[in-house]
Amino acid sequence: MTSEQVQRFESVQMVRDGLRDLDYLADDGIAGVAYLADRLGKPVLVEGPAGTGKTQLAKSIAELTGARLVRLQCYEGLDESKALFEWNYKKQLLRIQADRGSDSWTELHDDIFSDEFLLTRPLLEAITADDPVVLLIDEVDRVEVETEALLLEILSDYQVSIPELGTIEAKQIPLVFLTSNNTRELSEALKRRCLYLHVDYPSMEREREIVLAKVPDITENLADQIARVVRSIRSMDLKKAPSVSETLDWARTLMLLNIETIDEEIAKETLHILLKYQTDIAKAAKELSVDE
Amino acid sequence: MSATEQRGMLDLLGGFVGQLREAGLPVSLTENLDAMEAVRHIPIEDREAFKYALAASLIKNQAHWRTFETIFEVYFSLRGPEYALDRDGEATEGDLDELWREMQDASQSGDGRGGAGSLDALTPEEIAHLLMQSLMQGDQALMRALARQAVQRFAGMEPGRPVGGTYYLYRTLRNLDLDGMLDKMMEAAAQQSVAPSTTLEQRLEREEFEHRIAEFKAEVEAEIRRRLVADRGAEAMAKTLRKPLPEDVEFMHASRDEMQSLRKALQPLTRKLAARLARKRKHQRRGPLDFRSTVRHSLSYGGVPAEPKFKFPRPAKPELMVVADISGSVAAFARFTLMLVYAISGQFSKVRSFVFIDGIDEVTDYFKSTEDITEAIHRVNTEADVVWVDGHSDYGHAFEVFWERYGKDVGPKTTVLLLGDARNNYHASQAWVVKEMAGVARHVYWLNPEPRSYWNTGDSIVGEYGRHTDGVYECRNLRQLESFVEKLA
Repeated sequence: MTSEQVQRFESVQMVRDGLRDLDYLADDGIAGVAYLADRLGKPVLVEGPAGTGKTQLAKSIAELTGARLVRLQCYEGLDESKALFEWNYKKQLLRIQADRGSDSWTELHDDIFSDEFLLTRPLLEAITADDPVVLLIDEVDRVEVETEALLLEILSDYQVSIPELGTIEAKQIPLVFLTSNNTRELSEALKRRCLYLHVDYPSMEREREIVLAKVPDITENLADQIARVVRSIRSMDLKKAPSVSETLDWARTLMLLNIETIDEEIAKETLHILLKYQTDIAKAAKELSVDE
Repeated sequence: MSATEQRGMLDLLGGFVGQLREAGLPVSLTENLDAMEAVRHIPIEDREAFKYALAASLIKNQAHWRTFETIFEVYFSLRGPEYALDRDGEATEGDLDELWREMQDASQSGDGRGGAGSLDALTPEEIAHLLMQSLMQGDQALMRALARQAVQRFAGMEPGRPVGGTYYLYRTLRNLDLDGMLDKMMEAAAQQSVAPSTTLEQRLEREEFEHRIAEFKAEVEAEIRRRLVADRGAEAMAKTLRKPLPEDVEFMHASRDEMQSLRKALQPLTRKLAARLARKRKHQRRGPLDFRSTVRHSLSYGGVPAEPKFKFPRPAKPELMVVADISGSVAAFARFTLMLVYAISGQFSKVRSFVFIDGIDEVTDYFKSTEDITEAIHRVNTEADVVWVDGHSDYGHAFEVFWERYGKDVGPKTTVLLLGDARNNYHASQAWVVKEMAGVARHVYWLNPEPRSYWNTGDSIVGEYGRHTDGVYECRNLRQLESFVEKLA
């Protein structure tokens, strides 16, 4: 690696406190891995169920370091012209037409394959940026295994090879976060290049704090109850357990309804905010009301 | 960190990685190097951070976390700061000192009973009472101290005795009667509260208590492990505590917990299976002209579109037929099979599932009509008409009926998966059905949950059927199922 390594964080504690100020409550694992990623200059692969704050982690880290967030949303069928770079062929065509007959071919060739005609896509943009950036490659499990290979060069060496131009190296090593909902096993090659962080549903205590931090004016008592009910629901055998964002939605709804303590009726009536499948709602409603 | 210290650290880490590899966790060379780099930045004194740093660089699969954690606790237990100077006999003394200190802290921060005296002097009843109080208040420090005390008192651990940790755990917990404790706590909580609590409140309270009791159990377990390691050494302990990785758990002998995690692991696997079967067809035919790509490539020829580019057609979803034995001899496997079928039907648009014992019935609709897998399995087990004569497996008859009723639906696009141990109770094999099926279908695969060495022994006639299929695969655990899916490519 040629570029100078910048150390963004001083200690694990600093990362945790910094994130806390931004209302992102990191546990030991999250703060530790973020710190390590900075020190080792390695990308972080964040895996876990949907709605546990994986994407938010990257956003918060960007905010914490005052960096710009460059985001690549992955989907099936993503290719290098969408992820890395593309030649602006319309402009190139115009250039050829305008110059017809005048320049020699070699000159023209060198000309149309220059920076001016290059369209940068997120990956290249993150590499070539002058200002500090955080690169977020979101839902990497959605691309096919073959497309994953596109990412390997940038993840291990922070460089992009463009056949016509040569290799472009990073001016600075950006913090890179990859998120995955674990819908498929990622390739060994990709995993080997990353630090691995599993973000699970938070513990009850942490969830209560998240609710307290994110929902203004909520009472401690209500936040505590919410966290307990959500934990209870997560322990059931459901198709899709409630995520943290759904917990927050629920908390906000209860606030809007001016509810101070949750009883069975209220819980049952508002279950559809936490759960999105009819079978899950029916099951949870049944279990919440049944005596042991 | 001085040079010698650093070398010591690297040796230590090398040993640790060796242990991980022996437990079957894949740790590559680069990951090992990363870990070495990582520990330079995270001090070992911060145990939690140290653990996460190692995990982040060494473990790339959440399913491996528990194995990692156990090995970590064992391997780094004696080397924690409090044991740094201890050698042999001194270790116990240090232990007692700490217990004493913790206990004093506990009684100060506790309920003000103050001067509870040494824990050693308490009667078992007092211990039980203290434990209940600490559990109800969620007093972590006291719970830890009590866990130590309980192990010391009840486990009856003797140096050098070749007994596993579970034995000591059982002895300790039996003396504490934690199951009864939960009821007592619920009772006490009901007495304390002013207003009668609703069922919801009761449920939440019970869960909170269960959670704390589980924490306490984990603490007891950790304490036993610490003592065992002190007695026998880390390397020996790491071996005895080793449990099979989730992908090595046998379907036939999986416990409830293991079945649960198997189910989670199945989801991505079936997606892969779907992708594999779909991809084969992707390259067969070319789609319509891709204008953007054609123009982009025309630049290599000075703007002349000399090389037309085509879009790939959308991969067609393959058709799949799953025929599974759900008889008693493969009961455990059958449960798994049904989970697999359920997961597969989410991935394939055209999947039809059949189950048989000696009769055969189509169960596609059971899986389609509900989103709840337990209900679907329940319906299959109770409603499907799979018994013809006596409810003992008869592959021959089942296949014959299958071919007669559904044979016309098997076409050149169909892949047929046959699942079972082929233990036919000495009935006629009717292997010609499989032969004809293989002639018509795109592929016929057989997955057998029995170890390969049992095949074709006794009444197993898997070879007779297997001859006609595209392959018979041993499928006893996730790893084997995964390698089957890989081979499809």
